[in-house]
Amino acid sequence: MARSNDSRRVKQHIIEEWTGKILTSLCIVLLVVTIFSMVYFVATKGLSSFFKNGISLAEMLGGTSWKPEGNPPMFGALPFIFGSFATSMLAAVISAPLSICAALFMVEIMPKLGKKVLQPAIELLAGIPSVVYGFVGLSVIVPLYRDIFPGQGLGILAGASVLSVMILPTMTSIATDALRALPAGLKEGSYALGATRWQTLSRTVIPTTLPALMTGVVLGMARAFGEALAVQMVIGNAPHIPNSLFQSTSTLTSVITLSMGNTVMGSIQNNVLWTLALILLLMTFVFVFIVRWLERRAIR
Amino acid sequence: MKKSLMLVMTILLTVTLAACGQGSNTNNTASNTPDTSSNTGSTNNTATEQTEELSGSVLAVGSSALQPLVDEASKKFMDLNPKVSIQVQGGGSGTGLTQVSGGQADIGNSDVFAEEKLEAGPAAELVDHQVAVVAMAAVVNPEVGVDNLTKDQLVKIFSGEVKNWSEVGGADQAIQIVNRPSSSGTRATFEKYALGTKTEDLEGSIQEDSSGTVKKLVAETPGAIGYLALSYLDDSVKTVKYEGVEASIENVTNGSYLVWAYEHMYTKGEPTGAVKAFLDFMVSEAVHEDIVELGYIPISEMQVTRDVDGNITK
Amino acid sequence: MSAKTVDRIATGVIILFAGIIVLIMVGLLGFILVRGLGHISFDFLTSPPETIRAGGGIGPQLFNSLFLLVLTLIITVPLGLGAGIYMSQYAKPGKVTDSIRLIVEVLSSFPSIVVGLFGLLVFVNTFGFGFSLFSGALALTVFNLPLMVRITEQGLASVPQAQKEASLALGLSKWKTIRSVMLPIALPVILTGTILAAGRVFGEAAALLFTAGMSSPRLDFTDWNPFSPMSPLNPFRPAETLAVHIWKVNSEGLAPDAPEIAAGASAVLILTVLLFNLLARFVGRQLQKKFTASR
Repeated sequence: MARSNDSRRVKQHIIEEWTGKILTSLCIVLLVVTIFSMVYFVATKGLSSFFKNGISLAEMLGGTSWKPEGNPPMFGALPFIFGSFATSMLAAVISAPLSICAALFMVEIMPKLGKKVLQPAIELLAGIPSVVYGFVGLSVIVPLYRDIFPGQGLGILAGASVLSVMILPTMTSIATDALRALPAGLKEGSYALGATRWQTLSRTVIPTTLPALMTGVVLGMARAFGEALAVQMVIGNAPHIPNSLFQSTSTLTSVITLSMGNTVMGSIQNNVLWTLALILLLMTFVFVFIVRWLERRAIR
Repeated sequence: MKKSLMLVMTILLTVTLAACGQGSNTNNTASNTPDTSSNTGSTNNTATEQTEELSGSVLAVGSSALQPLVDEASKKFMDLNPKVSIQVQGGGSGTGLTQVSGGQADIGNSDVFAEEKLEAGPAAELVDHQVAVVAMAAVVNPEVGVDNLTKDQLVKIFSGEVKNWSEVGGADQAIQIVNRPSSSGTRATFEKYALGTKTEDLEGSIQEDSSGTVKKLVAETPGAIGYLALSYLDDSVKTVKYEGVEASIENVTNGSYLVWAYEHMYTKGEPTGAVKAFLDFMVSEAVHEDIVELGYIPISEMQVTRDVDGNITK
Repeated sequence: MSAKTVDRIATGVIILFAGIIVLIMVGLLGFILVRGLGHISFDFLTSPPETIRAGGGIGPQLFNSLFLLVLTLIITVPLGLGAGIYMSQYAKPGKVTDSIRLIVEVLSSFPSIVVGLFGLLVFVNTFGFGFSLFSGALALTVFNLPLMVRITEQGLASVPQAQKEASLALGLSKWKTIRSVMLPIALPVILTGTILAAGRVFGEAAALLFTAGMSSPRLDFTDWNPFSPMSPLNPFRPAETLAVHIWKVNSEGLAPDAPEIAAGASAVLILTVLLFNLLARFVGRQLQKKFTASR
């Protein structure tokens, strides 16, 4: 009697064990399937402009003239690739010092005030939708730049300015985590040696957390690289490499949003847009690998 | 927890299955909802006086320029035919043509002839329904000081040959082009009928796809020139005459102003049922005033017609 | 210059930068709210939009945004919980787990426009869901899932090891332990994270342009049968969310009061996100209190 009861319980135990395992693995499988199908679909669409339409890779990546409706059509995407890198890097350059200082402020200088004022402020920035950023960019930043600088206000600097605010939360939260994770002994040792706060920060805290801080910068850049609507509204969208920061230019994302709806699926003009999306996708992988590499250095 | 999880999964599955069923329904055509019998009778009716009640759902996708009109018309149509549900989607002419050609939508709205976007095969399967005419005008920043531009001047401006307004009789200001992306139907129309030639995207030119943004930028940017559909014109920008002809509805209908295009609603094959009734409704008297109010020109008022190659007949 | 002076200058610079961030936030918020708040009224929040006449509202859009959020959460939460539990409890350290983790990471940093295009190709065209709430919810799930996985992992990691071991020692199966011991303890973290993630879903536009569509068919708010085409609950109808509506009004708006509508809708959107943040904090604190009190 007791025996059968036991075995039943064991059986139930095993069944339970397996339900859990199977249910959760199913979720994981679904996740993996999603990403693979995504890569697959975007890649097949994106590669068809090379295989089906016979555009050469060299023209796509190295060409500087983009005339999809021209005769003969030209598909040089270099201006967009350049535009994407220029805008996202500039955004990271603007945002990095701001976010690192914000993190230092919250962790090292005035944790209480930081938690009460700065943290909510940054969380809120993260919650503002990109459309609203674009809207504000077009109604405030563009006219401002038009008045101050030569040119029409639209361009890389306008795009980077909008993006830098958008990526601020990502960078700040990663920097904050890194600084918080720092063993207290390290700082205390430095203070005990008579170092001032800045000496401690600049010679001990920042160098030790540098890989983690860089992770934040790279992730911020990745986000800026993929942002579409806000950038499209303020960049001007001319398919040329600009001569200055204030001249209209394009990014990968802005071309896609601008033309995707106007082209017919399966046509060469549409296929090249998918190729641009594929480039975006591949760049995401590159960014993630850089982050991984940095993280490994941080652990060591 | 487990049970609730299962429950959620089950619901999801059910919903998904239902979706597949329903999705294919809407795709076929608008005619399969409970009472199919009522559909058959409706084909020969004008939309305003239904003898039998229409039902079904119609999906119209495409041109964002045409969307407001179809939207307004669909509201009226649904008031008259409460059992019909019409869904109007933007997404651009390309999307509209793709989806009607692929069978996902019943009607594909387009600013351009299907032949200009699709390959010959799929384009031949589509039936064109021209519902309105949209005219476009060149607009400039009010401070430019120009109120007429010839075709030649426009070509020179948009090809970058002329870089200052003083060269075409305006103020001493640099010209800033606010163009549309090369894939845009509005741009195709403007290039075809106003410039007569394709232009390239110049360095430093601005490109926006949406009329709202174009208007905002032309109004704010010194020396800016762009082009807009008549429905978007207002006092914030200055409308210039083309070859001395004002961009007015009258001039378009009598054929003296040439920068206009048809708004098309394509169906795959001849429409039936609710789709046909709605397309008939679009060109009926009931929508007439909406067309005018939205800045389009009703097809019925046009004294000239134009084919896909641009030949005009009176 | 003495070390002290340098220290003071550096501290000043840091405080200045922190101040700049707060200023940016206040400026942004002020700009949006000042322009938009005046336009918000009960009527604006409930009436349908107008194409050419002034006085349109954002009622359907607001409803769509909320409904889409609910749909997304219904799909995301169970999947995310499951995947998160697997990652933190069942997965054995090794190459496979590492690569799955990498995949989650990649997925979380995919540009939203690429997700939208994928949705257009697969959900809208291939699966034939059309431009619909359901397609939109699936696309948003792709976004939200990695976030949800990470949140669940974090939540489970916050459970004291002793609690888990005690439960296992009592002879409960691992699955039972996770469900009835660990999840309840991890709940505050998971819930707060979910609400914050929900706020982000609320403002997404790029992916929805291509999946949920840009129009809002007439809704019949008396018809709650989810299968009738005019029912607000029908998940297979196109639906324009608030964020997409702002984009549309801004770019193609014909109504004479389009700028005011855009400003008003932006303000509503921001206030909602603000509400989500406050709610997340409040819920987190309440649950924390409840658990610490009972212990």
